[in-house]
This record gives sequence, structure tokens and C-alpha cells, in this order.
Amino acid sequence: MNITKKSNKVRSDLLTYAGVMLAFIVLTLLKNNGVLNRSMTGLLVPICCYIVMAVSLNLTVGILGDLSLGHAGFMSVGAFTGIITAMSLADAIPSVALRLALAMVVGAFFAAIMGFLIGIPVLRLKGDYLAIVTLAFGEIIKELITCLIVGSDSNGLHIIFNVTGSKSANDLNLAEGGRIIIKGAQGATGTQTIATFTAGFILIMITLVIVQNLIRSRHGRAIMAVRDNRIAAESVGIPVTRYRMMAFVTSAALAGAAGALFGLNYSNLAAAKFDFNTSILVLVFVVLGGLGNIWGSILATVVLYVLPEALRSFANYRMLIYAIVLILVMLATNNPILKSAVANFRQRFQKNKEEVTEQ
Amino acid sequence: MKFLAYLVSGISLGSIYAIIALGYTMVYGIAKMLNFAHGDVIMIGGYISFLAATNLGLPTLVSVLLAMVVCTVLGIVIEALAYKPLRSAPSLAVLITAIGVSYLLQNAALLIWGANPKSYTPVVEGTLHLFDGQLSVSYVSLLTVACCIVIMVGLTLFTNRTKMGKAMRACSEDKGAAQLMGINVNRTISLTFAIGSALAAIAGALLCSFSPTLMPTTGAMPGIKAFTAAVFGGIGSIPGAFLGGILLGVIEALAKGYISTQLSNSIVFAVLIIILLVRPAGLLGKNTQEKV
Amino acid sequence: MTANSLRSPFRDSLLAFSGGPEADAKNKPHLIPVTRTNYLPERDADKAPILECIDLGITFGGLKAVDNFNIALGRTEIAGLIGPNGAGKTTIFNLLTKVYQPTHGTILLDGKDIATMSTAQVNRAGIARTFQNIRLFHNQTVLENVMIGLHNEMDYSMAGAILRLPGYWRAEKIARERAMEYLSIFNLEGHADDLAGSLPYGAQRRLEIARALATNPSLLLLDEPAAGMNPSETAELMENIVKIRDTFQIAILLIEHDMSLVMNICEGIAVLNFGRIICKGSPDDIRSDPKVIEAYLGRKGAEKI
Repeated sequence: MNITKKSNKVRSDLLTYAGVMLAFIVLTLLKNNGVLNRSMTGLLVPICCYIVMAVSLNLTVGILGDLSLGHAGFMSVGAFTGIITAMSLADAIPSVALRLALAMVVGAFFAAIMGFLIGIPVLRLKGDYLAIVTLAFGEIIKELITCLIVGSDSNGLHIIFNVTGSKSANDLNLAEGGRIIIKGAQGATGTQTIATFTAGFILIMITLVIVQNLIRSRHGRAIMAVRDNRIAAESVGIPVTRYRMMAFVTSAALAGAAGALFGLNYSNLAAAKFDFNTSILVLVFVVLGGLGNIWGSILATVVLYVLPEALRSFANYRMLIYAIVLILVMLATNNPILKSAVANFRQRFQKNKEEVTEQ
Repeated sequence: MKFLAYLVSGISLGSIYAIIALGYTMVYGIAKMLNFAHGDVIMIGGYISFLAATNLGLPTLVSVLLAMVVCTVLGIVIEALAYKPLRSAPSLAVLITAIGVSYLLQNAALLIWGANPKSYTPVVEGTLHLFDGQLSVSYVSLLTVACCIVIMVGLTLFTNRTKMGKAMRACSEDKGAAQLMGINVNRTISLTFAIGSALAAIAGALLCSFSPTLMPTTGAMPGIKAFTAAVFGGIGSIPGAFLGGILLGVIEALAKGYISTQLSNSIVFAVLIIILLVRPAGLLGKNTQEKV
Repeated sequence: MTANSLRSPFRDSLLAFSGGPEADAKNKPHLIPVTRTNYLPERDADKAPILECIDLGITFGGLKAVDNFNIALGRTEIAGLIGPNGAGKTTIFNLLTKVYQPTHGTILLDGKDIATMSTAQVNRAGIARTFQNIRLFHNQTVLENVMIGLHNEMDYSMAGAILRLPGYWRAEKIARERAMEYLSIFNLEGHADDLAGSLPYGAQRRLEIARALATNPSLLLLDEPAAGMNPSETAELMENIVKIRDTFQIAILLIEHDMSLVMNICEGIAVLNFGRIICKGSPDDIRSDPKVIEAYLGRKGAEKI
């Protein structure tokens, strides 16, 4: 019995990898054969980014059990540091793939640092207070990035922090041949769009390896122990703050990598894109996919990200429909009668399966 | 004198936050949920009073009263349809539902009234000039502060003196025990939503008088900030919401005036974070420790 | 039980558990004085006590919840902490595990002051505990609960876990086997893959003890281990507690309201009332002490007797 349950978990991990790979192959084939239309192809990279966002947020909300309402902030840090990296190294590193990889690593690194710095105060709080502080940090990051003016030339990076709003890109004093990378509230403009679907796929796979292997280790068990009962976790010798920080920073780093990929997918991108609503969007993916359920996060992201696009023919009604669907799904999945019916069905199904294997 | 002007505008802005925060804090205190749709009820209140005044030509006071009635009904309906079935569900499920309701209200408003901002006529016009005109205070500001104080005192008396108010406090402390004492918990929660939503309608009219552009997203940011204010003061506490709202408004006005308009929200949020680190349950909140 | 896979320091003792000679628990305890007010079992007297509390106390807003608490515990002693509800028994456990910070006094664990340690550090230093209101990791399996107890016995890094280096597989395999052995002590091996929250009450209490033991403590604190158990479960628990002490050679301090359990297995007992020790000694000393009878029955009740 021990063996079957254990392999069940391993199997679900492997199925997740297999499912993602299969989806990648099928979509690549469809794309190359021109079956997917333009707007669908345009969704591929953002979907990859949001999948990574959802899986990484699931680490904070589902596995660690802390509600974060500022996950987009880390994505934003990753996006803009990634853009700066890729753009300022455009001449130094001709290989696009290498530059993209480097941008994602840099994005993850800076988001991780930000996660650590934010984690110090945030992880001293609990529950709704923690949630509201993550929201606050998300907004702070957004406004700080809105104040950034960045350019690069042969002398290196030029950065202005435009607190009063009186400065513009001309104040960068760029040498000839220099380029402006970020223009304050306008955000990044003229970015080379080097993000690819393949890179998105690889990022998803790396994210899955990190998160799933982490969950099935002593570290992951410790993190979940903190979620289930903090005092009991302390009493068995688990350094609670260290493990909360580990989960929080890992989650931030993955969001940063996703942000870098996202940022390099658009030629124009403003910091306002990564606001509270984006954090909420990702949170909705995580909750509908099931807390702690990695495969669920992926599926929910795909469905919910494509849904508004699919509803495009309904024009203005689509967000209304989306909202109604969201409420109805929440009501249905938390309906006690429906819940017990599903549980019954599952039990019966499993019993049948066990009987079959016994024969 | 400049400082005084910032202070006055901060206090009146803070009074609006305080009125919204009072609604938030009451609902949180009793239903233990972050009602993210509260900001959008404010927006609906703004639209109703706007339409009643401009399209139907009703007097200002009547149009605000109408908005209060509509919002009260709206609040009760939202609670009954979306939140009541989730009473025993995990808090995150309720939160997501509230976000869904928020989307729903915003998009419904977008469909009905369009995306173009409406320019709201302030409920009272005119300005009071003090110190030989060096300091001007609009009547809206004075009205807002007065409203806020009246509401705060009224709510405090209501929760402390009346039977319904006591039932409310009982429910917020322990719903099971309250039910055993014969309190109708569901009705009490409905009443709380009704009061919160009526306050939201008043806040909507005042908010739009203060900054007269009315859009479907008008309520979102003030909603978040008022929620911050409620947390500031200690969520669940009525004087806390009042204090938090005023403080938030003043900090925001001073930050805008002296430091940076662009970073004013950041400064507000940074102060919130610092306060929560020093007092994890807010200024007037009670810190409850888990019993081991 | 696959004994050859163990790298446990108590490998032999675990073996002894599964069939070795049982120590004679029925031997009447014989306490001898070590300091002016503290007593240790004779066999532990030549070693320093595992736990020593000196003038320990905590004040909650003016209320002295625990005051002037002095106790010494032998290395293999089973001791009891009894007293009426609200006497401060659980508060003492919370002080010993640093859930609460003492207002004054010293706690010496194996001669070392634990004043600056956190709860987690105290556990690593050698104190494990269970809780009065059971605190399991409900959403994880029974086996995983014990494996969390083994957390600090495993040593692979986060990178090792993510890259699944050989050290990961090795440590996980050993931990799994050891966890199963701890479960088998409490007859829980059949439930290894059930969710901890789905176990019946008595089994949850046993699992909590198994998890605490997995942290390899030198002192085990049990907070009302028999609460909610029927007499036969209690009898089995009693046997198990003695067995644990004998096989692992650790000290056990327990809070319990079931007097038959306390009187039968505890060698030393401290009686607490209003946060102070009113009486300390062997079960026989306690039974006959008028102050104890008064604390439990009140002055009038005591006079009647």
C-alpha cells in the first residue's frame, strides 16, 4: 500500500511533465503548419509566463499557505531587469537564445533579492495582514518602476530615478548610439521581442522540476508542516522562518524569470501592467486549479487565459461572462452537497479500480 | 499656510477613506472576509446619485438617499447570492468570489454606463475662504468631515447601545455561541452588509464630489486604500477605521505636497507596512495569540 | 523490521523493543535527594539531571501563571506533573519548549542554559513534546508526519533535493524506513499512507508521540497523553510509555489527569496549584500529602476525609 501511494504521487509528477511536453509538441506542430491563427500564436508565450506565475504562486499560497496579493510585483522586477539585461547586451551577445536565457536568470536573481527583502517584514505577519502587506509591496514596486528612466550606451547603463516627475529620457545624457530602454511611466519601449515559445516551454519544465522536486523533499515537507501547524512544526525542530523564506524567495525568483520572458515578448510594456489586477488574475488561476495542485494550476491558467480570448466575439460581454463564470465556479466547487457527491463518486471509482487490480 | 492647506485636504480625503473603511471593517469584523467588491459598490452609489440628479433632476439629498437605498439592496443581494452559500468555505474561496463580484459590478457598469468618465456635480458647491483668502476650504470638505464624524459616532452608539448592535458584536466574536444565545446570525450578517453598503453610497457621492470623474473603475483604488486604512487602524475596530482613514488621507496629502505625487501611494503603503511591523494588529486592533 | 538498514543511534535498543527483555517497571521507585529540594531515581543519581529548572516563572499581565518552579529530572526518569485545571501545567511545557519566554528563572537542559534558544532550537537540543489539543500535520500522511519529525536527521540540501542527487535518494530511503519503525512501535504502520487528519482520536495521540520520538529527543514531554482514551487504550499507552523509556533510555515528563496512569508509571511527581509546586515526591508521598488532597477537593472536602 505504501508503495502504490508513493508511486501515485510520482506518477502524477511524471504525468504533469508528459502533459506539458505533449502540449508543447502538438502546439508547435500546429503553429508550424499554420493551423493556429495569429492571435492564438500570440497567446503562446504569455500563457507560458502565466503558467510559471501560477505554479510559483501556488508554492506560496498552496504549499506554504500564505496569501500573497503582490505576486505581479516580482514579475515586474523580473520583466524590467530582464529587459535591461537583454537590451544593454544586444551588441555584446549576438546570440538571441543566450541573451534571453541570461535575461531570465538576471530577472530571477533580482526578483529573488526583492523577495528576500520583502520577506523579512512580510513573514513576520500572518493571515490577512500578510496579504495586505504583499498587496502594498506590489503597488510600491509598480510605482517605483514607474519612476525609472534607463538607457545604455558605450559607457554602460544610465539610470535616473525620477521622483518628482520632472525628468525625461533626455536627462540620461546618452552618448551617440546609445538607446533608451525604459521611459518612466511609459515603461519599456522599443524592446527587441526575443521571447519564444520554446523558451517558455523550457521555463515551465524547469519550474516544474524545481517546485515538484521541492515538494517531495524534506524541505517541501517542512514547508507544508509550517502551513498545517506552525507551532507543531517548530516543536519538531523546523526553523519556521527559514523555510517560509525559502518558499517565498523561490516563488519570487520563478516569477522573476517568467517576468523576464514576458517583458521580452512585447516591444512596449508599462509598469502599470503589473498591478494588483494581474496579481489577482494569477491568484484566481491558483485557487481554481486547486491549492497545492500543480497540474491544476497549469490547466486553470490555460483555460482561464484562453477563455476571454475565446469570448472575444461577445465583445463587451466577455468580462461580464468571465466574472459570472468565476462566481459560479466558486459557488459550485464549494457547495457542500456537490462536494460530498464528488467525494462519493471518487471513492466508488477507486474501489472499482482496486477490485480490478486485485483480480 | 501651505501645510495647513495640505492638512485640510488630507483630513477631508481621509474622511472619505474613513467612511469606506467603516463599511469594510464592519463586514470584516462579522463575516471575516475581505470584501473586495466594496469599492465597486461605492462606484455604483456614485452612478445612481449622479443619474438621479442629472437625468431625473432629483434634488441632491434625495438622489443620495436613493443611491443609499439601491446600494443597500445591492449589498444584501450580493451577500445572499454570493457570500451566504460560502459561509463554511475556506476564506480564500470567499475572497475569489468577492473578486468575481467586483469584476461583475465593474463590467456591468461598463456595459450600462459606458467607459467615458462622467463629470459629477458636487453635492454642495462653493468654498470657504479663511485667513484673507490664504486658506480655502471647500464646503464639500466640511460636509465630508461632518458626515464622517456623525457616521462614526452613530455606528459606535449603534453597536454599543442597541440590541442589533450587540448582536453584531456577539456574532463577530463567536458565531456559534451567538446562535446558541438565540441571535439570528444570517440576519445580522445581512444587516451588516446593508449598513456597509449604505455607507458606501454616501462615500460614493462624497468621493465623486471631491474628484468629479466617475468611471466604472472609480471605486477600485479608493476601495483598496480604504481597506488599507481599516488595517491601519486595526481591522474590526470602528474607531480604528476612523483613525486609520484620517491618518491615511493626511499622509497621502502631505506626501503629495512635499515629496512626490508619483510616489504618494507608495509612501502611504510604506507607512502601513511600518505600522503593521510595530503593531501587527493595527493601531487600535487587539492582538490575539494562538493558545498552545 | 529491517534492522540492518538502520543508522539510528538506538539501533540495538529498537531491536530490544521488538522482543528484548522488558525492564521491570513495577519496581517501586526509590528517590534520593540530589540538591536541597530535588530528587532523582537512584539509578540516575550518579549522572547530572537531564533537566533542571531553577526558580522558573512567568507573569501574564500581573498574574503569576508559574512561579518559583524548581525541578530536576533524571536521565531515565518518568515524572508526572499534576494539578487542578488552570494550575499552570501546560504553561510549564510551553516554557520548557520556549513557546513562552520565561519572565525569570533558568532552564538547564543537560546542563546547558536554553534561555536564548528558539522552540526549534530547543527541540534540536533534545526536548520533544506533544500537545494537549492534538497538533498534527493534518493534510499530510501519517508516514510524512513522522518523516517531518526526522527532518533534522536528514542532511541533503535544497539543491540536492531539486536535482535529486544520490544523497537525496539515500536519505529519503533511510528516513522512510526509520519512520515506519517508529510507526510500528505504536501499531500505526498499517495507516502509514492515510491522512493524519483521518485517524481516530487515540491513533492521532499515538502518532503525535511517534513524531516527537522521531526527533531523537533526550527528554519527551507528553501533555495529557491519555485524554479521551478508554481504559484499555490507556493501559496500552502506559505500557508503551514505559517501553519507550526503557528502549530509548530517555526521560519523560508527562501531564495527566488519569491518576491510575500517573501513580503507576511515574517515579517522581510534582503537584502544581496556582502556578506553584505544592508538593513533590514519589507517588506514595503524593498520595498521603494533605496539601494535595486540599488542592483537589478544597479545604472542606479535605476536612471530611
